[in-house]
Amino acid sequence: MTKNIMIVGVGGQGSLLASRIVGNAAIEAGYDVKVSEVHGMSQRGGSVVTYVRYGDKVESPVIGEGEADIILSFELLESARFLPFLRKGGKIITNTQKINPMPVVTGQASYPEELAEKIRQKGVNIIETDALALAAKAGSEKAVNVVLIGCMARDCDFTKEQLLAATRACVPAKLAEINLAAFELGYNA
Amino acid sequence: MEKNKKLMLGNEAIARGLYEAGCRLVSSYPGTPSTEISECAAKYDEIYAEWAPNEKVALETALGAAIAGGRSFCAMKHVGLNVAADPLFITGYTGINAGMVITVADDPGMHSSQNEQDSRHYAMAAKLPMLEPCDSGEALAFTKLAYDLSEQYDTPFIIRMTTRVAHSQSLVPLSDRQEREIKPYEKNPQKYVMMPAYARPKHKVCEDRLDSLRVLAERTDAGINRIEYNSPKTGIIASGVNYDYAKEAFGLDASYLKLGMVFPLPEKLIFEFASKVDRLIIVEDLDPIIETHVKALGIKCDGKNLLPITGEFSHTMLLELLRGKKTEKLSMDEALPGRPPVMCPGCPHRGLFYTLKKMKLTVMGDIGCYTLGAAPPLSAMDTTLCMGASISSIHGFTKIRPDDAKKTVAVIGDSTFMHSGITGLVNITYNKGISTVLILDNSITGMTGHQQNPCTGFTLKNEPVRGILPEKIAEAAGVDPEHIKIADPGDPAALEKIIAAELSCDCPSVVIVRRPCALLKCVKKDSFCLIDTDKCKKCRACMNIGCPCISIGADGRPVIDNSLCTGCGLCEKMCRFGAIKTIKR
Ligand code: SF4
Ligand code: SF4
Repeated sequence: MTKNIMIVGVGGQGSLLASRIVGNAAIEAGYDVKVSEVHGMSQRGGSVVTYVRYGDKVESPVIGEGEADIILSFELLESARFLPFLRKGGKIITNTQKINPMPVVTGQASYPEELAEKIRQKGVNIIETDALALAAKAGSEKAVNVVLIGCMARDCDFTKEQLLAATRACVPAKLAEINLAAFELGYNA
Repeated sequence: MEKNKKLMLGNEAIARGLYEAGCRLVSSYPGTPSTEISECAAKYDEIYAEWAPNEKVALETALGAAIAGGRSFCAMKHVGLNVAADPLFITGYTGINAGMVITVADDPGMHSSQNEQDSRHYAMAAKLPMLEPCDSGEALAFTKLAYDLSEQYDTPFIIRMTTRVAHSQSLVPLSDRQEREIKPYEKNPQKYVMMPAYARPKHKVCEDRLDSLRVLAERTDAGINRIEYNSPKTGIIASGVNYDYAKEAFGLDASYLKLGMVFPLPEKLIFEFASKVDRLIIVEDLDPIIETHVKALGIKCDGKNLLPITGEFSHTMLLELLRGKKTEKLSMDEALPGRPPVMCPGCPHRGLFYTLKKMKLTVMGDIGCYTLGAAPPLSAMDTTLCMGASISSIHGFTKIRPDDAKKTVAVIGDSTFMHSGITGLVNITYNKGISTVLILDNSITGMTGHQQNPCTGFTLKNEPVRGILPEKIAEAAGVDPEHIKIADPGDPAALEKIIAAELSCDCPSVVIVRRPCALLKCVKKDSFCLIDTDKCKKCRACMNIGCPCISIGADGRPVIDNSLCTGCGLCEKMCRFGAIKTIKR
């Protein structure tokens, strides 16, 4: 058995940290795990994707199209972009935040409308959360990533405790309180 | 046995391997995807670690340390190995004293590189053995193994990483560091002085060494190469992450010859494996190096006839191309706008590129964050080749088109200038060039994620040092001090005047365009910009700077996303109607 969680978003949103948290939760849960990240351009607003694979024994570090059990998405357009990676019966947990890419900013393209609805119409289980607002409520807009991990904790292969422990281990000590609050807000959203 | 297991990046695991193997010195130049190795190594107090100004210097430093008797290391990306090629080809001749390991990180798929070259060619050409780990655990194990073998065979070992191994995390068992005494150094010119009389016999030494390494490669008990016999129908030869992809795609439906050493190759093992399987497939990304070798042995195999020579592989690609299995997938019915990386909000380079575009200049570019200035709407870049090429190539460009010299500039970052810009500048002054060079000093190495460099005043271990001023170097390189100017990209009007003045003279000039990277902590972000809807005439002039914070609102008026805005104030200077103001947070 190998399970696949794909984390997608926009550079600067904290997806690397999120993949580390999920990877560590997989260790807590006693699985073999591989996490694959994108570096370099990741801070500059480009589209960013990281893969977390866990199971008895994981070979390939990447997730192919049609293979993701969960897509944890930090931005709506990115949810749509990576839809081909979702497996049949898979689930998308998405932030409702919209961040305009440069072609939209410069007016060469427009941001597609009703993306979540269009994805839902394809029979996909898509769960929407305003993670930005919840992160702000927790004390920092930067905690969007942990809010979404809180959302995921409601229904995935890891227990809430495993994900919480992994979060505590991965975030800087001085930001622990904000992040744990963000986790709870996501969990209860 | 195992102290504990940790989830580690391939690059972190190499650094851990350095620590455990008793490595004493690391000298590298940052380059994605190799950068984290040196950053992680610097965290161990037992290892002296430094950023060198370029890869050639780094490799020579490591070689000096190894000759002195301390285990040493050097990391670089694939194009960095081109820079270090000169000493690389000599290290096989001289050999080492204490162990020496070089890691080179290739980037199939070009996630963050200007080309897709295959470093295995270098191992063959320089006659140096090359190992290739498939995940973090092996990255650590191979690093330690490479040091022992390096000393045993008196040669540096190269470890080849690829992006997927360097930037994937997997579980790694940790052990303690084995401290090693510094080996005695003895004067031995026959070994270390490569003049013809001493070098000639060394070529033979190199070849003999490769012969004994070939013997080592055949040994499946050496922890390097191994055969896994499953189904005899398909036999796959693969190294690195391609072995993982193959395992995922074929599982027990294939047998595997997993190569941990990609040079030299184990011919007997290949013969034996080939004889036991019905069909042989070589799964290797980039160039057909193993395949060519296997075919030269007279063995029939599949490889590049089925698999591409460009781009990155994956297990799904192997499933599709080798097993004909397509996965069902969902897709959106409409085309989605792309999301290319852009210069950050508040980036100091934005004001410069806006100015260069406005002045309609030809811009010889270089490698760094500013390469992003080539993208619309700034679109202010004509060439980007390799580190340092902006300065060297503008000289050639203006020699052929002297009339264009007045509308051509070179742009280069502070770190890249230190890396390989200085010699280009010396060439301009020495050979009576007239080019205008802009040094974009943002006080950090931005592109690779904020590494220190000789200009920043801090070392890799974060110790303060005297930072080097590019303007002083320009003067020492022979540029007339009258034509060395400092300018602020945050003030485009003044910047334009300075550039125009320097372009108009018939002598080499250097303009230091100085403003710290917006991501640095020292840069204040205590304000943001706001558009006054009453004053805004919808002229969209503020859109020309390509700031990701500004977009067109529903009423056709620009709006500024104040959660992202750093308050750099550049857009304020774009507005002729005074509709943008900066407000304290
Ligand atoms: S990292 Fe710094 S220099 Fe690079 S694009 Fe961002 S602000 Fe500009
Ligand atoms: S909106 Fe204007 S002031 Fe704010 S970061 Fe962008 S260019 Fe700078």
